[in-house]
Amino acid sequence: MTTPAPLTLPVLGTHVTPQALRAYLEATPPVDEVAVHERVAALATRSIKRETKRYALDLAVRMTDLTTLEGRDTPGKVRQLAAKARRPDPTDPSIPPVAALCVYPAMVPAAVDALRGSGVKVAAVATYFPSGQAPLEVKLADTRAALAAGADEIDMVIDRGAFLAGDHMKVYEEIVAVREVCGSAHLKVILETGELVTFDNVRKASMLAMAAGADFIKTSTGKVAPAATRPVTLVMLEAIRDFAELTGIGVGMKPAGGIRTAKDAIRYLVLLYETLGSAWMTPDRFRFGASSLLNDLLMQIRWVRTGVYQRPDDFTKD
Amino acid sequence: MRVDVRKTYKLFIAGGFPRSESGRSYPVADTSGKVVARAAAASRKDLRDAVRAARGAQPGWAGRTGYNRGQILYRIAEMVEDRADTFVSQLRVGGRTRAQARREVERSVDRLVWYAGWGDKFVQVVGNMNPVQGDFFNISTPEPTGVVGIIAPEEPALLGLVSRVAPVIISGNTAVVLASERLPLPAVTFAEALATADVPAGVVNILTGPKDRLIPYLASHRDCNAIDAWGHGWEGLAEIEAAAADSVTRVVRPPRTVDWTNERLAQSPYMIADFVEIKTVWHPKGL
Repeated sequence: MTTPAPLTLPVLGTHVTPQALRAYLEATPPVDEVAVHERVAALATRSIKRETKRYALDLAVRMTDLTTLEGRDTPGKVRQLAAKARRPDPTDPSIPPVAALCVYPAMVPAAVDALRGSGVKVAAVATYFPSGQAPLEVKLADTRAALAAGADEIDMVIDRGAFLAGDHMKVYEEIVAVREVCGSAHLKVILETGELVTFDNVRKASMLAMAAGADFIKTSTGKVAPAATRPVTLVMLEAIRDFAELTGIGVGMKPAGGIRTAKDAIRYLVLLYETLGSAWMTPDRFRFGASSLLNDLLMQIRWVRTGVYQRPDDFTKD
Repeated sequence: MRVDVRKTYKLFIAGGFPRSESGRSYPVADTSGKVVARAAAASRKDLRDAVRAARGAQPGWAGRTGYNRGQILYRIAEMVEDRADTFVSQLRVGGRTRAQARREVERSVDRLVWYAGWGDKFVQVVGNMNPVQGDFFNISTPEPTGVVGIIAPEEPALLGLVSRVAPVIISGNTAVVLASERLPLPAVTFAEALATADVPAGVVNILTGPKDRLIPYLASHRDCNAIDAWGHGWEGLAEIEAAAADSVTRVVRPPRTVDWTNERLAQSPYMIADFVEIKTVWHPKGL
């Protein structure tokens, strides 16, 4: 294994060469898959006691990017979801609002309107979500439109086709271009780990996205199975840790898709804490992309508070 | 010398036979105090899982025809009959003679067959076309109430269990059963009969273990639509009703005394009706 060459940041500068990028990515150590699975399994057995659980459930609500990404989304549904984002449990004002509402660009105006003054951010998926298979101009136009409509955060997808074909430079340049368009808006880069096949690819793509200026790296679109898994999240968290050591920049993490239970969410938080420590235990640096998770969190919160097992029908569906 | 291969008695949740989540078991003793087996001691988390399984299975089970549910109940009867010898030896643990135990198994089979017959008939008995003034039809039909928590009696361990499970599930409810704590073995064998009788996973879930610890969680569980307290008796019933009232869970009270062997008192289509909701629709008459 070659020792990584010392890098200055922005890691690759503004005039990055394909050679520099290759050297940077090749310096990424390979992932020990067996060790990843073992560590994830070991951390999953950790017992979370009542006070910690209360805190974790509350934190998970604050970290949730409440998401609806369906062809049948309507402004009405988005408004309904926005109400839920502001006050997840209408009967209990002590439950904090979620971090953000994540919608398609066309739904951004409705979301912005419904969330005004609430502190809940509006995140828009852009760049020809979910495939990313479109010319760069289209992707940039998509992003600009979302921002113009008032989105605070952009969830972009990388071009997996180019990545798998080995054209890392293209992927890098696209992220940089979107980053420029975003300006101060928060940029989350979706790797779609379900399509990257190997942990080594996930790790490389993570390092690539962070070097290109991602504020967050995100596992999946939710449109491909498998979506977020704990092993793949651990690989990305370790990449974030390495990147932070290398550059001093703290990039956020967002597992998305397939996280449906509070128990699972708490296991993600354990991974997060054990890998990156308490500095990352905040909605500024960790989010859950989810829709049905929120209801399970609410149910568990009420269970912890009352000692009575809850009924899913008592909680609003959207 | 050959070492006996002894059966591990486990729970029955979602069609599978898991050990208790707690990893605990408890001794089952015969009348002389000799420990004959260890049964799984269900925890409240097992109860939670069982209710979730029952909830998941309920729409599919209710969506079947009454005729089909009747067929499946009959199939359960066949499976119980087939395991008669096992049941007899397990019932003898509780002090029954061989003949008494045999009689209990026979009664249990008969009861299942009896309720199986009601599968496609009780709606006609419980439902009605109501006379109303005006140009309307007014039709009442029973619908299953949903997930029913059944507290099975300590004894008779098999007949009591069967007598309460059959009327609950025949109408399309699903059940979470707290089996006899002292004599749990027939309940586990009954679960094996269910598992081989084409009963869909989750329709009946059977927990063995400390009833006193499980009942408060069952009674207060908001996703449980009814509690059958026949096997519980009157002592402590008020606590169950108070816990159930918060989520408007129906509690079916037991009679003052129960004679489980009496066909007139321990089986009735009205026991099916105890676990249904009556839905009434108005329909315009004429063209």
